[in-house]
Amino acid sequence: MIPLSWYLIFAAALFSIGLFGVLSRRNAIAILMGVELMLNAVNINLIAFWRYRAVEQIAGQAFAIMVFAVAAAEVAVGLALVISVYRRQNTIIAKEIDMLKW
Amino acid sequence: MALSQIIFLVIAAATLVAALLVVISRNLVHSALWLIATLFGVAIFYGFLSAGFFAVAQVVIYIGAIAILFIFSVMLTRRLMQDNSPQINRGWPLALLLAILFFGGVLGMYNTWPEFAAMAPEMAAEANPLEQLGLALVSPNAYVLPFELASILLVAAMIGAIYLAWEKK
Amino acid sequence: MSFLTDPINAIADWLESLLLSLGLTSQAVTILMTLLGAIVVGSFGLMLVIFLIWVERKVYARIQDRLGPNRVGPWGILQTFPDMIKIFTKEYITPIGADKVPYNLAPILSVSAVLLAWAVIPFASTVVGSDINVGVLYIVAVGAIGTLGIILAGWSSNNKYALLGAFRTVAQMVSYEVPMVLALLIPVLLARSMGVNSIVQSQQVWYILLAPIAAFFFFITSIAETGRAPFDLLEAESEIIAGYQTEYSGLKFGMFFVGEFLHAFTISALTVTLFLGGWRGPWSEQVPLLGTAYFFIKTFIVYFIVLWVRISLPRLRIDQMLNFNWKFLTPIALVMLMATAVLEKILSTWLPTLRLTDSGVILIRTITHLGLNVLVAAGVIYLLRSYTIRREKVGQPRPLAVAPEPPASVLE
Repeated sequence: MIPLSWYLIFAAALFSIGLFGVLSRRNAIAILMGVELMLNAVNINLIAFWRYRAVEQIAGQAFAIMVFAVAAAEVAVGLALVISVYRRQNTIIAKEIDMLKW
Repeated sequence: MALSQIIFLVIAAATLVAALLVVISRNLVHSALWLIATLFGVAIFYGFLSAGFFAVAQVVIYIGAIAILFIFSVMLTRRLMQDNSPQINRGWPLALLLAILFFGGVLGMYNTWPEFAAMAPEMAAEANPLEQLGLALVSPNAYVLPFELASILLVAAMIGAIYLAWEKK
Repeated sequence: MSFLTDPINAIADWLESLLLSLGLTSQAVTILMTLLGAIVVGSFGLMLVIFLIWVERKVYARIQDRLGPNRVGPWGILQTFPDMIKIFTKEYITPIGADKVPYNLAPILSVSAVLLAWAVIPFASTVVGSDINVGVLYIVAVGAIGTLGIILAGWSSNNKYALLGAFRTVAQMVSYEVPMVLALLIPVLLARSMGVNSIVQSQQVWYILLAPIAAFFFFITSIAETGRAPFDLLEAESEIIAGYQTEYSGLKFGMFFVGEFLHAFTISALTVTLFLGGWRGPWSEQVPLLGTAYFFIKTFIVYFIVLWVRISLPRLRIDQMLNFNWKFLTPIALVMLMATAVLEKILSTWLPTLRLTDSGVILIRTITHLGLNVLVAAGVIYLLRSYTIRREKVGQPRPLAVAPEPPASVLE
């Protein structure tokens, strides 16, 4: 009923929105939110391809689980870094975090 | 148009609008809330794709943990209670151009693929993707190595995150 | 006859044939029936709260040696209705600067998270809302949605204390999800399936006998998830006014209240379903109505235990709560999961070679799992003994004032 193309177009659109978010936001946490959108788009792509092209194999699902795990790990470490930077420099605007030490 | 197609389009439109509001909102907490709506829409899509386990895992992992992490870190790193300064930096026209070019490029590449508009094959009635996934993740000639590496990655991330965010007195 | 033994399915079949004869397509009929089922289950849950509030107040009162509500109706049964009318007619005071949409969404999320969990609980062998094969994970997911409602409530109230209360509540809930999920995995392991109805159907012996530690942990962590005593630091009136619910009044507060009571009942229902055999009992497969009766009797017994725990135990501090979770519950839950998995593997490779009868297999399984649980519990108690504070007797207590012995001449 629903062709594969609809899922792929949706995933590409979600990825582009995430890309726009990463490239154009000032706040470091907002950049991480854009990265999350991109990872979700990739996951939808993987599962759509699994369902439409290779339902008997399990590689699509296994890979999607790996993306889940990596996304969770990356968000945890990224946000810990942001909080740590905020404690030191009292800012989280990506443009202002440009000196290693002064 | 069949009912399932209409439902698909409605939910796809809602999710994309929510994603757009994530990257445009001035208030960061609103961004986080729209992110939760987007993640929920993605979970519904997993349901459409007969990947029920992924739909529920998406809600547990992304909405139940990652979104709450985002909300917490937004609240812990604010200087004022209501911060309405512009959130878009100066290079946003270039970013918009790049995003549109990427979208167009990917679509153009898909159009050259003959099976782009393929329909879903029937899944066997007794297929149990959940059991297949479970077996695949622990059998030595399937995906046990990435599984174990992912667990090590998660442990390392956990330890790293705790250490980084520790308040050193 | 089938109406008497299985009323819900009989009514559903009759309704479906009625709708089909009216000329609707079968797809529309399915959607309509599902919608009707959802409305019935949701309304039933909310109506039940009226009864549950009365039960709680009466049980509290009797345990505390007083009478409880006894004016409105016989034994005060209708007491909840005046309370409801009072809450309905209170004014909604929205604080200045509160974010309107999350502020109004939070109580809705809180209640719906609890009602959503009723979709997968089997009331009888043939009556279940939606028999998905990842039911257990679905229950964890809707618990996560409840946590989200709380953080929305705390943040959108524009109140520092509500925000702090919400932070602490969410920290407690997210921490207690870890041993809860680990304890939930043990019935999944024993039943070889994540579907809730499959878990109930494979409980020839109740899982509380096969995995008592897991049942105990699930019970404790669910009580902590609900935010009831002894884990109710977050809404104790003497501590932080009302925590994340401070700025809510009228029916919005009523929604949080209803959500909490229904959550307590839901965790009793879940404990019964996963560990106490759900609708299983004598003759419950042939007569599903009897299965529903068993289910509700068991759930009310467990609910009584939840109330009993609430009224008897003092409140834990936040650091005691978190220590208890991370240093006691999580390691033991992990050890139990690993040990149960190893034992199941050993049994599944070794038992078929013995060629026992069915009941022999069940007996051996029960005894080995029970033995494993007792062993782990004994090991834990032994390890904990080394942490007891030793008290030494310094000396005999010396009396300060003792009347002198009367002289022998007076005693004569």
